[in-house]
Amino acid sequence: MFEKALKGGKLYWSWIAFLCLLILVGLASYSVQWQVGLGITGMSKEVSWGLYIANFTFLVGVAASAVVVALPTYIYNQHKFEKMTTLGEFLAVAAVTMCILFVLVDLGRPMRVLHVILYPSPNSVMFFDFIVLSGYALWNIIIAWYILSSRITNTDISWYVKVIIYLAIPWAISIHTVTAYLYSGLVARGMWMTALLAPRFLASAFAAGPSLLIIAAIIAKRYANFDVGREAIDKVAQIVTFAMIVNLFFLGCELFVVFYSQHPEHLAHWTYLLFGMDGYGKLVPWIWASIGLGIFAVLMMIHPTTRKNEQLLVFACALIFISIWIDKGLGLIVPGYIPSMVHTVVEYWPTMLETFIALGVWGVGLLIFTVLGKMAIGVFQDYPTEEELKEMMEEEKEEEVVEEVVTAPAKEYTCELCGAVFTDLDECCEHAEKEHKIAKASCDIVCFEKG
Amino acid sequence: MISRRKFLVTFGSALAGVILSASQLEKALAAFQSVEKGSSSQWGMIVDLSKCAGLSCQACIDACVREHNIPKIEGKHHIWWITFVKFENAFPEQTHEMLGEFKELPTLILCNHCYHPPCTKVCPTQATWQREDGIVMMDWHRCIGCRYCMAACPYGSRSFNWVDPRQYLAEITNPMFPTRTKGVVEKCIFCYHRIDRGELPACVEACPNDALIFGDLNKFDSEIRKMLGEEYTIVRKPSAGTKPKIYYILPWGEK
Ligand code: SF4
Ligand code: SF4
Repeated sequence: MFEKALKGGKLYWSWIAFLCLLILVGLASYSVQWQVGLGITGMSKEVSWGLYIANFTFLVGVAASAVVVALPTYIYNQHKFEKMTTLGEFLAVAAVTMCILFVLVDLGRPMRVLHVILYPSPNSVMFFDFIVLSGYALWNIIIAWYILSSRITNTDISWYVKVIIYLAIPWAISIHTVTAYLYSGLVARGMWMTALLAPRFLASAFAAGPSLLIIAAIIAKRYANFDVGREAIDKVAQIVTFAMIVNLFFLGCELFVVFYSQHPEHLAHWTYLLFGMDGYGKLVPWIWASIGLGIFAVLMMIHPTTRKNEQLLVFACALIFISIWIDKGLGLIVPGYIPSMVHTVVEYWPTMLETFIALGVWGVGLLIFTVLGKMAIGVFQDYPTEEELKEMMEEEKEEEVVEEVVTAPAKEYTCELCGAVFTDLDECCEHAEKEHKIAKASCDIVCFEKG
Repeated sequence: MISRRKFLVTFGSALAGVILSASQLEKALAAFQSVEKGSSSQWGMIVDLSKCAGLSCQACIDACVREHNIPKIEGKHHIWWITFVKFENAFPEQTHEMLGEFKELPTLILCNHCYHPPCTKVCPTQATWQREDGIVMMDWHRCIGCRYCMAACPYGSRSFNWVDPRQYLAEITNPMFPTRTKGVVEKCIFCYHRIDRGELPACVEACPNDALIFGDLNKFDSEIRKMLGEEYTIVRKPSAGTKPKIYYILPWGEK
């Protein structure tokens, strides 16, 4: 299967080269962090989680939602959604890999990460998160692999893979719920300690993950001639719309409780985030941009004419993706630490090295997604199902008819010197140059149109 | 047909399994709500702000730094086990705009060795845990540096080694106590090594004004218990429900 990822055009290889460059820069930056310590980041005693954990949180959502969206439809309507499902599976694999990498680069002593398993601590949510994330990565690799191989051997997927597919759906929801519990169970951080956090995570994830999926699907259609189908895209676009609306609604609920109740522990963080505090307000423009983009994108998605226009759809999806990335990263993890536990404002901003490391991790994820996606596209194109074959044959027939009309009756050229016949003027010229030493530029002396 | 013997063996082992897992479950559940133990000691401390000399003294802080080889780092990577902050920062819930000089009162803060420490609850490796006697400990060889405990502590009592701390140590003032490496969390460990030898914590011993009173909260006739019964004391952020064991006596109208 894998060899399918090794064939590709210029565009494909330059994209791969770009990702490799990102990864290399990331690795170089990480080696500095390895030597010096996490001190090279913008984090501090007061803000002790930053860009890495923010990306981790965001990507857990992407991983979870890409699958939940695609799998159920797959179970009910195998062939129509097969392509979208496989893309979703691979997106999930890439996202989970990024999650794990982001946790690893965030650790002060990464070599000790196995202590989590050696000294299992069932009272720590992080322990459970570790388990569900690794399990999730495994399920998705298995499912995607079996969907592809069943395609190659042209058999139905076996019952145990179906069981795993059913299992993967609640599992996907669990990874994001458990990740939300990571934060919402902390009495120290008023901003996170809200029961709404897990639902909000899920809603935003169901908007961001599928948005990325749609973008990927449309790119695949444009550049790889791989069509997941109008219907699949539209279904997913509807889910994105609903999820984003619910997400904004949840945000509204949160804001109401915080600002109406004026509970100080909750109010302080939100005030800093939305309006700034004590003259500090690095995050203020970002969060408003996030909210603004979110609302604008939802308006675009609600209207069927914009939603059904491919270009506008990609644009809206990109906006949603950006909006939620800001919301999860800068808008959730960082302000949870500001003001600090002794009510001082210490701001956070990622350093250059930190950003490079994060980009490097994204590079790894996108590389995995590209390679796996390329592989899937190859398999789907080489092993079409019977329905697709029929469709393709019909299309071909149509094309033939069109061609007949367009191509004019064939011309013939003869070489005056030896009488050889050619269907093409170029061929005749080449022949003249080779055989009779007549320069190509002046081959019209010998090559004449027949009749 | 299964024989009677086989049945008994199977049944018995299944039963044992259930009982075993039940006891494990109980253990796991107990971890969620560390109960106050009646039998052993429970160490606690009173910070008497009416006696504390404030910023001009710093004897306790110096003693702590020397005892535990704490690096002196300026800026956002700073590390402290015990330090001064303004009253309004230590007790935000007990402050209001009209409060005058009191706001500025230098207030000692350190790990509260809470009865219900959220920090130990969240640690994925049990690198920080609570001893029988209530001291919240740190294992610097096990800590993976995930900083989850820092997110969980409502008092900001934990510091992280963002860089190698040894480069900030002019000298190792106490060779008997380990220096830390980069990438681990550290905090006040109530001088467990001294307590186990029957000594007082370094800060308590160093205080020239008797402003720090250390003792066993489970002993009815200890000095600390008597003071807690007679004087009005407050703790930091009681609303967090962690039940801190560092109690504060305020200088009522004296300052
Ligand atoms: S003060 Fe913080 S670090 Fe100390 S025991 Fe309480 S929660 Fe843990
Ligand atoms: S930083 Fe260390 S002590 Fe704190 S939670 Fe993580 S492993 Fe435990």
